[in-house]
Amino acid sequence: MPPTRGIQNALKSTIRATRQQIRQPEGLKAPTRGVCTCSVIPTPSKTHQAEVRPFVHQQKLPTRVVPQKRCASTSTTELKHTPLYAVHKEAGAKTGPFAGYDMPLEYPDQSHPESHRWTRENASLFDVSHMVQHKLSGPLAEEFLMTITPSSINTLQKHHSSLSCLLEESGGIIDDTVITRLGRESFYFVTNAGCRETDLAFIKAQMKKFLEAKGISKSNKDENIKWHVLNCHSLVALQGPKAQEVLQKLIFNDTEEQTYSPDLSTLSFGESRWLQFTLPDGMNTPSLLISRTGYTGEDGFEISIPPENGDSTNLATAISKAMVDDGSVVRWAGLAARDSLRLEAGMCLYGHDISTETTPPMAALGWIVGKDRRSESAALVFNGQKTILQQLTSPKSMTERRVGFLVEKGPAAREGAQIVDPDKDNEVIGRITSGCPAPSMDGQNIAMGLIKNGYHKSGTKVGIKVRKSVRKAEVSRMPFIPSKFYRPDNKDKDQKEMKNNTEK
Amino acid sequence: MASRCAEDVHDETSLYDEFATMTTRIMVKKYTEEHEWIEMDEGGKIGTMGITEYAAKALGDVVYVELPEVGMECNKGDTIGAVESVKSASDIMSPVSGKIVESNEALSDKPATINKGPEAEGWFAKIEVQDQSELEGLMSKEEYDAFEKD
Repeated sequence: MPPTRGIQNALKSTIRATRQQIRQPEGLKAPTRGVCTCSVIPTPSKTHQAEVRPFVHQQKLPTRVVPQKRCASTSTTELKHTPLYAVHKEAGAKTGPFAGYDMPLEYPDQSHPESHRWTRENASLFDVSHMVQHKLSGPLAEEFLMTITPSSINTLQKHHSSLSCLLEESGGIIDDTVITRLGRESFYFVTNAGCRETDLAFIKAQMKKFLEAKGISKSNKDENIKWHVLNCHSLVALQGPKAQEVLQKLIFNDTEEQTYSPDLSTLSFGESRWLQFTLPDGMNTPSLLISRTGYTGEDGFEISIPPENGDSTNLATAISKAMVDDGSVVRWAGLAARDSLRLEAGMCLYGHDISTETTPPMAALGWIVGKDRRSESAALVFNGQKTILQQLTSPKSMTERRVGFLVEKGPAAREGAQIVDPDKDNEVIGRITSGCPAPSMDGQNIAMGLIKNGYHKSGTKVGIKVRKSVRKAEVSRMPFIPSKFYRPDNKDKDQKEMKNNTEK
Repeated sequence: MASRCAEDVHDETSLYDEFATMTTRIMVKKYTEEHEWIEMDEGGKIGTMGITEYAAKALGDVVYVELPEVGMECNKGDTIGAVESVKSASDIMSPVSGKIVESNEALSDKPATINKGPEAEGWFAKIEVQDQSELEGLMSKEEYDAFEKD
């Protein structure tokens, strides 16, 4: 968050949020939800062990007149609500605007630092339904993804996922995303809420270009590539060392017919599985896509919740309440904790640490470029390939690089703060893109920023201008605290993926 | 029967005036739109200031406080320090012009004191007020409460 001028500015979002709370009369219903015509993620057929049979689940409008609306409210002036909004309000959450949504920032039972530490010691549940879930399928889906991302999607195994970036033609990052392969010709990916409009426009334009280049007409488009935004789905993230034990209790163990193992201990970080839950009332949910991944550096799962009759509210509410239960193990956590957790884990926040001004190598995300995509002569070219491959071969050619910082005790370095060279009369050499006192590091001030090439090596001593003084800092590796990604075979081969490669 | 000695005799009008002036001075706190409060001492020269309950609550757990230097002179509205939560930093502006005579050093070790008693033991600094009339322009508790609800 940028430094604020005066408490009044800092409180503006709170005041706005409180205002909205006061003006809404009791009993105001959520906007009428039209029947959703988006396709749901197909639930796997129990009789097929092989790939998922993709199908489009078109729902017809019922005979009563129901306005066709998107599942989130569509007013441009009002803030949108996720399906779990009522649950957050019931829990007394302090909410605030984020990416056009009124999102929970904190809950009354814990302060921000308490919630942050609870996540690392127990487990927290985050509503991330504001994020955009996509499904992409068809014979050309894989190739398309390989033109707009630098990832080796062709070698991504079924039910495996990969962190990736949507790239614009200059090589700059449009958004970061996690892409999961659901089947031979089927993918699921999640993008940031704040990038919704630009991402949708980008994908639409790129798809048009891609198909035109292949001579595929509009009428044949659907045979080749189908793209659906899952507007009616919810998404929750359960994060923390106790996440597995909590989730395991809810998994339905179908002893009669088992397509997928209900044993979560065999599900590794970066893998997904379709599993059903048994709710406390005894009812089973439909199959849910559960991914072992997250944005905290802890072990955890993201659960995609499909709609029933165009609305995922009931199912998302029931599942969340079953997980949180009495709050003794799992507690609700909001965006405040989410931000400090991801920063400690060295993870980027789009629009702050990464943007169209940064390419993956500049962002210390060069590792997402597939190993077999680094040849100039590779058949399939990705956006910005020339620039990016050049940066990978000669890192010194990059003008600036994303690195971590440890800052001395005192005021924290925050977004926008200038990084200076204390040995060169405090000449400006970079800028901070994220920063805060780390709740799991005894208040140690940590930060991320973009720094001039040459200053990027770990241990480099720099200065950071905070208000009137220049704070002492040094470049640091990330993550700031060790990641706890779950791998049953204990191989740390992917651990280095998360390390900031600053030594080139 | 006790007799009133000569020194005890006061002119009734002047007694009232003095009482009225004293009330104006030691009165209730004054508040600013920036969610700061200032309370003058009995002498009417030194004011204790800090952030309001409302501000402390909205900020959340305070993790760091930047205090002003003793002797610092400032004008009304000047930034004299800052209060930080994990999430953000907020400047503290001086509600009046004057000279800082004391900073609450206890906040350096225990910044959370602000959350415990923002309008009491979590006071921020004390200032020697230059121009008393600046206090008139500030809000009373009733005015601030109304303002804050807006």
